[in-house]
Amino acid sequence: MSVDFIRVCRATLTKDLRLEWRSRDVINAMLFFALLVVVIFSFSFDPTAEESRHIAGGLIWVAFLFAAVVALNQTWARELRNDVLDAYRISPAPANALFLAKAIGNFLFVSILELLMTPLFVVFYNLRVLGSASSLALLAALGTWALVVNGTFFAAISLRTRSREIMLPLLLFPISIPAIIAMVNGTTAILTGEDSARFWLVLLGAYDVVFTTGSMLLFETVLHAE
Amino acid sequence: MRRAFPILAVATLAFLGYAFYAAWFVAPTEQTMGNVQRIFYYHVPSAWTAFLLFFLNFVASVQYLLRPSEVGDKIGKAVALGIAALTCVGAFLIKPLPYELEPGAVATTGIMIAGIYFLVRGFFSERGTDILALVSAEVGVVFCTVVLVTGPLWARPVWGIWWTWDVRLTSTLVLWLIYVSYLMLRKLSTSGETPKLAAALAVFGALDMPLVYFSIWFFRTQHPQPVIGGGGSIDPRMLRVLLINWLAFLCFASLVCWLRFQLETMKRDVEETQALEALLEPGALR
Repeated sequence: MSVDFIRVCRATLTKDLRLEWRSRDVINAMLFFALLVVVIFSFSFDPTAEESRHIAGGLIWVAFLFAAVVALNQTWARELRNDVLDAYRISPAPANALFLAKAIGNFLFVSILELLMTPLFVVFYNLRVLGSASSLALLAALGTWALVVNGTFFAAISLRTRSREIMLPLLLFPISIPAIIAMVNGTTAILTGEDSARFWLVLLGAYDVVFTTGSMLLFETVLHAE
Repeated sequence: MRRAFPILAVATLAFLGYAFYAAWFVAPTEQTMGNVQRIFYYHVPSAWTAFLLFFLNFVASVQYLLRPSEVGDKIGKAVALGIAALTCVGAFLIKPLPYELEPGAVATTGIMIAGIYFLVRGFFSERGTDILALVSAEVGVVFCTVVLVTGPLWARPVWGIWWTWDVRLTSTLVLWLIYVSYLMLRKLSTSGETPKLAAALAVFGALDMPLVYFSIWFFRTQHPQPVIGGGGSIDPRMLRVLLINWLAFLCFASLVCWLRFQLETMKRDVEETQALEALLEPGALR
């Protein structure tokens, strides 16, 4: 990794974070959206039942997944204004640095969302972690990276389609199914303390490695395909 | 094309007719399931054909991405040869093979993977690989739909349920979802370089499949599942009919793919000519 790579990456990341810090568009929209999902879910079953611990893993991740799409859709749409994306294309900056910066930015946004929403879930659904909390944190980090690395990549693809807002979930959800299965089952295993979440952590790790490599190899092609 | 197509179409139809006859009248009736089991001669060949077409889509997409650069082309060739060599060596060195696989069959599969890669490389131009990827995904989705429809039709009388979230059923469904999303991208894309975007998605989809399979496999084997007619042996007469049907389905799929390929090539030629004509004086190309 050259110095140039790190510099471009850091510059893009700071720019995105600064933009978000000043406007707070994405975070606010995501938070409110996730809150709505939590509240609406609570009507579909009895949230106080002992059962809730078994389905909470699924609920949490479905809420985060839907909310993450809000952030991911903004990733590149923001660069269309003033033709910033075209400027990126003709600049000699490495395309992967741009991709990595965007993915890290999204990772931070979704992580903040998760940190703020988890206490709410705990309160609303009367949860108590029976397994190890540290592996839950690891699972959350791996799962979030799995979502955002693919999401950032597919957002760049869906940028070139009609009705791009709807195209992103159509591409992202089918491919993310193994990651979603791992996140949901791993979380349930840790929350209930019944099973070990080891397999799911390994699977998520493999998923992250495969798709991070794939995205890094193919992103330049996708960025220049206009 | 014009002359060969009717002949091939009639031949394929005749073959399909014979396969139908074999499935309904030649193959023995299964003891416990009865005639319901005959759907097997449509279900399994469709599944194999669909998987083969999706694999073809993957190979064509990889080549579409690699071919333009010389280094990429070399890497692609080396990887294809490496897969063939590794499976051949592994098949005969690792003993015993998992799931009691035949070493010969494993080695043949490895060689076939490389063979398909080089066949596609030799027979298709760069534009051709893109059209091949599109066509194989389209026809593959059709055959995969046949699998997903005939499966529940058989399951209802035999298992007593239409659907179960078993590993095979679920992973086939996910496969279908991935390729439908691929076709939607091709349909909705407004980019001038849709083929590249689609090829990237196809590679992602193919990378995803092993992970899909493992995740569902672990997910489902942890929980009890409905009893499924496990391994066991198959009557040789049934196997023969199955293979005849598969061959007939393959012929049919190739015919449809070929027709679709010609159609798509023609469509793109027309579009290119129209684009050129728009730039030049009207009628300059005639």
